[in-house]
Amino acid sequence: MTASVDTIPARPRDFILLRPFRLIGRTVLSGFREVGRIAKFSGGVLLACVTPVIYIREVLRQCMKVGYYSLPVVGLTAVFIGAALALNIYTGGSRFNAEQFVPNIVVLGITRELGPVLAGLMLAGRVSAGIAAEIGAMRVTEQIDALLTLSAKPARYLYAPRVIAGILTLPILVLVADIIGVLGGYLVAVGALDFNGSLYLKNSWAFVTNNDILSGVIKAAVFGGIISLMGCYQGDRSKGGAGGVGRAATLAVVGAAVLILASNYILTSIFVRIGI
Amino acid sequence: MSGNPISGPILELKNAHKAFGSKQVLRGVDLTVARGQSLVIIGGSGTGKSVTIKSALGLLPLDKGEVRFAGEAANDRKSIEALRRRTGMLFQGGALFDSLTVWENVAFALIYRDRMARGKAKKLAIENLAKVRLPASAADLRPAELSGGMQKRVALARAIIAKPDLIFFDEPTTGLDPITADAVNNLIVEQVKALGAAAVSITHDMASVRKIADEVAMLHEGKIVWRGPVSALDNSGNPFIDQFVNGRAEGPIQPAI
Repeated sequence: MTASVDTIPARPRDFILLRPFRLIGRTVLSGFREVGRIAKFSGGVLLACVTPVIYIREVLRQCMKVGYYSLPVVGLTAVFIGAALALNIYTGGSRFNAEQFVPNIVVLGITRELGPVLAGLMLAGRVSAGIAAEIGAMRVTEQIDALLTLSAKPARYLYAPRVIAGILTLPILVLVADIIGVLGGYLVAVGALDFNGSLYLKNSWAFVTNNDILSGVIKAAVFGGIISLMGCYQGDRSKGGAGGVGRAATLAVVGAAVLILASNYILTSIFVRIGI
Repeated sequence: MSGNPISGPILELKNAHKAFGSKQVLRGVDLTVARGQSLVIIGGSGTGKSVTIKSALGLLPLDKGEVRFAGEAANDRKSIEALRRRTGMLFQGGALFDSLTVWENVAFALIYRDRMARGKAKKLAIENLAKVRLPASAADLRPAELSGGMQKRVALARAIIAKPDLIFFDEPTTGLDPITADAVNNLIVEQVKALGAAAVSITHDMASVRKIADEVAMLHEGKIVWRGPVSALDNSGNPFIDQFVNGRAEGPIQPAI
């Protein structure tokens, strides 16, 4: 039977001028949906991080993977950044006879900002992508389904140990990065800029405060949580075989990097306001 | 064996419906599995066989319909958890955990669910590896160091270690040579009988069907179109079964290409 023209409901006219607004609306809504999904996932995982049962053996295994194996990359980043920072501050400072502030500014820049942010960004590439790829592969090979059939909750067994490891090990990595970064500045200052070595170290030590170190460590703990949560979230959502796993790894790195930079600004604002 | 004694069917699927987006996969599947019975679900690719058993295990929630395990509805977290404690599952690719050793895979439920001491769990895992003809020397290997047939046997050991009342097998012989496939089929029959458990398997492999099935159900376009004893497969009079059993491209089932 053919429907008569009268019975067909009038279709709203598709004004071509409205299409960009429709596209913007769809993008905004899908952005909100994604934020909601990430918040729900993160809430579940963070709850699993602070309630029993916590699988200590898994946490230790992840601490090795996230923390110990990241030491070389974080150390190398820190030494070069410290060295470049010393050179830049010397060049800039020499314009108004302030070369003597090199140790002070290097130690401040490294502990408060560059140490945690650069270690976070390096780990976003190394750890977040690794976690997303590992969990994504588990998802597409039905290992996560297998976990569920064995009455193990992925949030508790897989994700919580990774997030705990990220939160615990990144501050330690950042403390190491701070020391190596200052050492990088020291090497350049003493080797190339004719600074007195012991005076450089004395100035660095005298200038840095507990709050400088504390702010870097708090940032590092937050970044560690972000890095592992994004890896777990994107891995958990991956589908469609090897391509899906690769996409999950990419999204995890991009998501973690953006969130690190955004949360860094928010944390810095808070620390400035409360005087840390 | 855990749980209460079971008199009625161990598993019932009633009017099961499941869709993925606009694609309706299950369109009212009704299945019952009696205790100790081995039911094999056959059907072409994409007809919803895996979705059926994943729905039964609560891995994919049904849009409509009901799953009942041992007479109890399995429709919330607690009841699904109870179902999973009394079932085992052998996944198509084995789904062994890469980061764990063979024995840790086998004993996973004992260590992480039942909080058994690792030493005792390892002993039990090695005993179960022996049941599937794997030597104790395999216990400390990683899954990647095993052949496909050995991985399937490890997965079988993991599925039976907690002495389940019902075991699901998802394409247990896919990717194996005929001899290894037959050995895996023999192990499945032997272990399911030894446990007195029921089994629900899905497979395309007719040799496997004839070996492990008491009853066969055929799934086509999301519905059961035939069910009967394995002995009736060759004279079922059902055009779907006839085409599938004889592996013909011509018939009511359209090839998925």
